Amino acid sequence: MNLRQRIEARLAVGKKFLLMTHIVLGYPSFAVNRQVVDQMVRNGVDCIEMQIPFSEPMADGPVIAKACQNSIACGTTVADCLAFGAEMAATHDIPFLYMTYINIIFKYGYQRFFTAAKTAGITGVIVPDMPPEMDDGFFAAARDHGVAPVLIFAPTTSDARMKELDSQAEGFIYCAARRGVTGKKSQLDAEVIAYLRRCRAATRLPIAVGFGIQSKEDIDALAGVADMAVIGSKTIELVDSQGAAAVGPFIAGLR
Amino acid sequence: MQSSIFYGEWGGAYIPEILHQTFSDLTGHVRRARQDASFWAEYQSLMAEYSCRPTPLTFAKNLTRHFGGAKIYIKREDLNHTGAHKANNVMGQGLLVKRMGKRRVIAETGAGQHGMACATMAAKFGFACTIYMGAVDVARQRPNVFWMEKLGADVVAVEDGARTLKDAINEAFRDWVTNVDNTHYVFGTACGPAPFPELVAWLQSIISKESIIQIKERHGRLPRRIYACVGGGSNALGAFYEYLDQDVELVGVEAGGLGLDSGKHAVRLAATDASPGIAQGYKTMFLQNDDGQMRETHSVAAGLDYVGVSPILADLWQRRRVRFEAATDAEVMAALDLTIKKEGIIPALESAHAFVQAFKEAPRLSPEEAIIINMSGRGDKDIFTIAGAYDDPSWKKFIIDKAKEYQTRADRWGDRP
Repeated sequence: MNLRQRIEARLAVGKKFLLMTHIVLGYPSFAVNRQVVDQMVRNGVDCIEMQIPFSEPMADGPVIAKACQNSIACGTTVADCLAFGAEMAATHDIPFLYMTYINIIFKYGYQRFFTAAKTAGITGVIVPDMPPEMDDGFFAAARDHGVAPVLIFAPTTSDARMKELDSQAEGFIYCAARRGVTGKKSQLDAEVIAYLRRCRAATRLPIAVGFGIQSKEDIDALAGVADMAVIGSKTIELVDSQGAAAVGPFIAGLR
Repeated sequence: MQSSIFYGEWGGAYIPEILHQTFSDLTGHVRRARQDASFWAEYQSLMAEYSCRPTPLTFAKNLTRHFGGAKIYIKREDLNHTGAHKANNVMGQGLLVKRMGKRRVIAETGAGQHGMACATMAAKFGFACTIYMGAVDVARQRPNVFWMEKLGADVVAVEDGARTLKDAINEAFRDWVTNVDNTHYVFGTACGPAPFPELVAWLQSIISKESIIQIKERHGRLPRRIYACVGGGSNALGAFYEYLDQDVELVGVEAGGLGLDSGKHAVRLAATDASPGIAQGYKTMFLQNDDGQMRETHSVAAGLDYVGVSPILADLWQRRRVRFEAATDAEVMAALDLTIKKEGIIPALESAHAFVQAFKEAPRLSPEEAIIINMSGRGDKDIFTIAGAYDDPSWKKFIIDKAKEYQTRADRWGDRP
């Protein structure tokens, strides 16, 4: 099953709302990543995006940017990240995605990267600085290897452009709920709800909502207007302050 | 170099979706400004009134005699208001901001020159202004920070990454994606996503639009070669622009730092250390490792200390239209010293890179020929940096004494430093 089918299957079995969580690979270490993923899966996370750190994380806020920087400083390589991804996909029965910036994949080589991702059982990829109009074989390479190129909608995206992005996207649409970088708080007000309805109308794919979701109240407000919530920097802050064991109870509390 | 967003295989606009609409609007404004002759006329008259344009083309008689080769002319971008070619770009973008109806500008800065120019522009036009600067640069460029703050800008020290120019750029983008509606990002050089390379190169072309007239008046014909230092590449593109279709050799000089073998340099095009990459919104030759992580760079000149280079220059390099060379920190100090002593002109450390290569080549050219060195900025206002680079003992003693004086006053009156 591809990423979209796996998400739809989870929604079909009566789950009202799915959760996608995020980790920065190699931060604070792959050993801790392993524990965190285990906690997440056991507490009912539906999907995990694993960020391969890049030295210039333009679309990320301070928490994730710092984690990326720290991971690279500790010697994390792309090869390490690919090996870890393969291990996770083999260990846990949920979809795993890679999130990174285009230079990482460009340098590795599109064919080589997606061959490795496919072999590892990775189902999707999120690359915020690869808009479809810059495509130079990236999208075809991803699709040919059964790795869904997930695209992002923003509040500033016009209806016409949403349609256009939808035609290139696979898996699901990642709807940035607010302007700005990852890790800042959103107000889930009427404006956001209206925006999510606009997203829903523009795509054939399930929609995920990201950027700044931190509590059960945020998630309850989203039920019915979106299919999946993305928890990003909150779990990194939790691991930093309370350790990997704090992640499970936090995730359980969101349900 | 027209409105297409790629230059050969380089350039593009690799931007997050949140910026798509902003870039599309900006591209429209740039296109309209380029088609509207009144924009350039307004720009020229603003630069004449506020920034001493046209800047002179100075014949360096003593240096010419010293090297005994080609006639050496110096294009004096140091005489711009705020002391460098950066003024050309920021004032032009300021006019664009007015046309766009935005009220706030942000900018990244390395050495502080662009930040200061931008803060100056914001003060003149009445814009709110935030400047992002790597914490390392804040520490080594305190005088520029002082002036930016006095000009009314908020200066934010960026603590992420290597805490230098590239990190300041990332942070400025983060601000922009949060405040796109009222804010324009005044990009400092001919890099970044389209339309910035085109916009900045076009505004800087005022340099060569003047020099091509000046050199014909003075020398009777075109120069044989033009030399410019290359960090991001904006002063070089400005100095080369009008000569691209002429029979003139164009030479870009990069920061050789402690030497190519040391690994501590910022040489992207003159050697083989860089490789193609996509970062900070554009594709160019980057100094990066095999995984695509950006490397740390080094130069005595903070303004050349950058991992990427203008995609327009990467294309001109690939097409062999511009030749690239590197000057080491030590060569730069020697050329600076000679220029000060012979001509009474103090180039910025960045600009002194262009002087190094010109001095190497001038003796081998005929006295019938002329060369132009683009002096992108003045060095005297960077006295802390240059005196530090000279390792001047009397300067160090002055600073120590001054610090003691502040300390004594603080101890006596209780005003903590």
